[in-house]
Amino acid sequence: MDWALPPNYSTFGVVIDQLFWIILVITGIAFLLVEGGIVWFCIKYRGREGARAHYTHGSNRLEIIWTVIPAIIIAILGAHSALVWDDIKGSSNRPADALEFLVVGKQFEWNITYPGVDETLGTADDFTVRNQFHFPVNEDITILLESEDVIHSFFIPELRVKQDAVPGMTIPVWFDATQTGNFEIACAELCGLGHYYMMASVTVHSAADFDAWQASQAPAAAQ
Amino acid sequence: MATIVAEATGQAILHEEHEQSFLRKYIFSTDHKVIAIQFLIYTLFFLMIGGLLAMLMRYQIAWPARGELPLGGIFPESMVASGYILPEFYNALVTMHGSVMVFLAIMPMLVGVWANYLIPLQLGTHDMAFPRLNMLSFWAMVPAGILTLASFFVVGGAAGAGWTLYAPLSARPDLTGVGLGQIMWLAALVFIGLSSILGSVNYITTTINMRAPGMTWMRMPLTIWSLFITAILALLAMPVLSAAGIMLIFDQTIGTSFFLPEGGGQPLLWQHLFWFFGHPEVYILILPAMGFTSEILSVGSRKPVFGYKAMVLALVSIAFLGFIVWGHHMFQSGMNPMLGLTFTVSTLFIAVPSAIKTFNWMGTMWRGNLQLHSAMLFAIGFVAMFAIGGLSGVFMASTPVDIYIHDTYFIVAHIHYVLFGGSLFALFGAIYFWYPKMFGRMMDETMGKIHFWLTFILFNVVFFPMHGVGMVGMMRRIYDSTGYAHLQGIEDTNALISWAAFGLFASGFLFAFNFFWSLKKGRKAEANPWNATTLEWQTPSPPKHGNWEEIPVVYHGPHEYSHPDVEDKDWLAQNERPDVVSPAAGSH
Repeated sequence: MDWALPPNYSTFGVVIDQLFWIILVITGIAFLLVEGGIVWFCIKYRGREGARAHYTHGSNRLEIIWTVIPAIIIAILGAHSALVWDDIKGSSNRPADALEFLVVGKQFEWNITYPGVDETLGTADDFTVRNQFHFPVNEDITILLESEDVIHSFFIPELRVKQDAVPGMTIPVWFDATQTGNFEIACAELCGLGHYYMMASVTVHSAADFDAWQASQAPAAAQ
Repeated sequence: MATIVAEATGQAILHEEHEQSFLRKYIFSTDHKVIAIQFLIYTLFFLMIGGLLAMLMRYQIAWPARGELPLGGIFPESMVASGYILPEFYNALVTMHGSVMVFLAIMPMLVGVWANYLIPLQLGTHDMAFPRLNMLSFWAMVPAGILTLASFFVVGGAAGAGWTLYAPLSARPDLTGVGLGQIMWLAALVFIGLSSILGSVNYITTTINMRAPGMTWMRMPLTIWSLFITAILALLAMPVLSAAGIMLIFDQTIGTSFFLPEGGGQPLLWQHLFWFFGHPEVYILILPAMGFTSEILSVGSRKPVFGYKAMVLALVSIAFLGFIVWGHHMFQSGMNPMLGLTFTVSTLFIAVPSAIKTFNWMGTMWRGNLQLHSAMLFAIGFVAMFAIGGLSGVFMASTPVDIYIHDTYFIVAHIHYVLFGGSLFALFGAIYFWYPKMFGRMMDETMGKIHFWLTFILFNVVFFPMHGVGMVGMMRRIYDSTGYAHLQGIEDTNALISWAAFGLFASGFLFAFNFFWSLKKGRKAEANPWNATTLEWQTPSPPKHGNWEEIPVVYHGPHEYSHPDVEDKDWLAQNERPDVVSPAAGSH
């Protein structure tokens, strides 16, 4: 098995993955330093008959060094994370003219309401499809996420999207897929007996294909 | 003043010794040492139960389609049907593994056992400030344990909404199929809260008032510091959980809607209350372990704890920061994303005191004369594993990365590196270390070392690959992952993890055997088998009822090892007058 993140197909995924690898390098170095140090000390200072330990209560200089260096690294990492987080989730960065879908989780299915050809939710040509999420590539997508019963979590691994769906709340989630393809929505929050099969298919179309798909669905849904 | 009172009671206790009935001495005892041993037996039992639940889960995760659960026939049809673990039973396993391990095994083993045992002995006093409250704090755990075990056998089975009990799932029986079982677990939680609050009041009072003459704050062993801070955390956090748990029982039973949106409630309110308790709880589960580790490393390295003051400050700052980071469990919960920013910053900064502690432990080992006995191996193992758990926490603290890894096995790996590689390793170390004091006999070293190496290797084979499974995107609490396209190809890893988990569970029985065998057959322990400096080692093994004939007087700090002015030995007990041993050694 590859211990790797699945391939990324979203605009946000690029920065998320980048941050993942940055943290992996930083923590990897700290890991080697600490674990290597422990193993080295265990070998070098293992008890010997007649040996006597070095008597010391510590060193203020060292305390300052190993307080300040982690603090600086952490501050930089925190600031960087905060900026990326704001780019992805900050309400001021919500795309203004995104195509909007309503996604409602309930035990144990995802119901997706499409805006129809007028590209507006809440109009007569809206239609709802169970467990199938189709949307166009390279376009800002916003879903309005709701739940009918318990908390679910909307998770598309390849798009690096995850958001809890909370009953009583409508939570906007936006993203932009960079490639066409077939994926899955998984539920990432324990939601009951059928949690493990609460899955929906995701199809990312080219713009033309999406229009065609939507047109093919609309009459069926209208009946 | 406090000391005089303590001495007076102590004398009374000593005189009472012969008059006590069996029931008063061993069952409804107010002796802190007996209560500690009661807690130890209780928590070891629930550690085994929690482990057993995990083994059933691992069987299901690795072989979801196979059925053929070994000994599956002994389970009722409502749990295992023709060899298949049912989804409702799996959810109960997930929920109760976490709940049992956190509330009935690790937390009472860290605090109930060791705060009880060590606080009076290491502070040099006869008993706890409130011995009867102390007895009650153990006996409150008994109904909790009974309710928990019984809940598996009621209609609907045990609680199945996860140990975090997220509402509305936990509040609505119609959505889980679990009614009574959920209520029984919440009732158990209320008892656990009561036990913890009573215990905490006692630990705090005893530490403040009953220190032996000369035992200043900055001469207290780090175990006492960590247990004292933990008690404050528990006293502030547990009432929140108890209150929230009672509100949830009301939502379940009498139709209130604290957490149910249809009645005007708010599901996120549960999460805020739960994690306002839950994050301090994480530190309740690790701070005592840090204390034991500091102590054992110092004794085993024959060196004073490196940076004692920094260690104390780090403990205090972790405890303080621990109260303002709860939102990091809720980054993807629907909470305002702006709040996420503040919680990211506070969370990342907890890494600083954690790093300080790790480097100081390494500093303690540096240029030491390391005695690599079982207790020391587990203490070193704690530092090595806690470091991994701490570092993997950085991924989650970074909110953008958390979007992806939240609710995946990456988190499962992280929590187990902290709670098992951290807390439980330190607990094993503590048991090997203080067993001779508790029972007057040594545990077997060979078995102890085999137990350490099996635990250390198998633990890493179980939990390290979970980071990888999490990166692939496997969700937590999934009954069957084989239906997902993105989870194809992890079956072999999951099988490997399960086999190693079975081995890890089995290695626990070697420990249990050693524990019980040594009670009768272990080598007799002298008063101070590790040549340690703290007060508990300056009284017989095991100490008599009342601990001391005469309250000791403390002359210096807790870790005077290898002092250059003490020539005939490499340690100086806290109650040894330095000028008697050597005039120059009095400086610390």
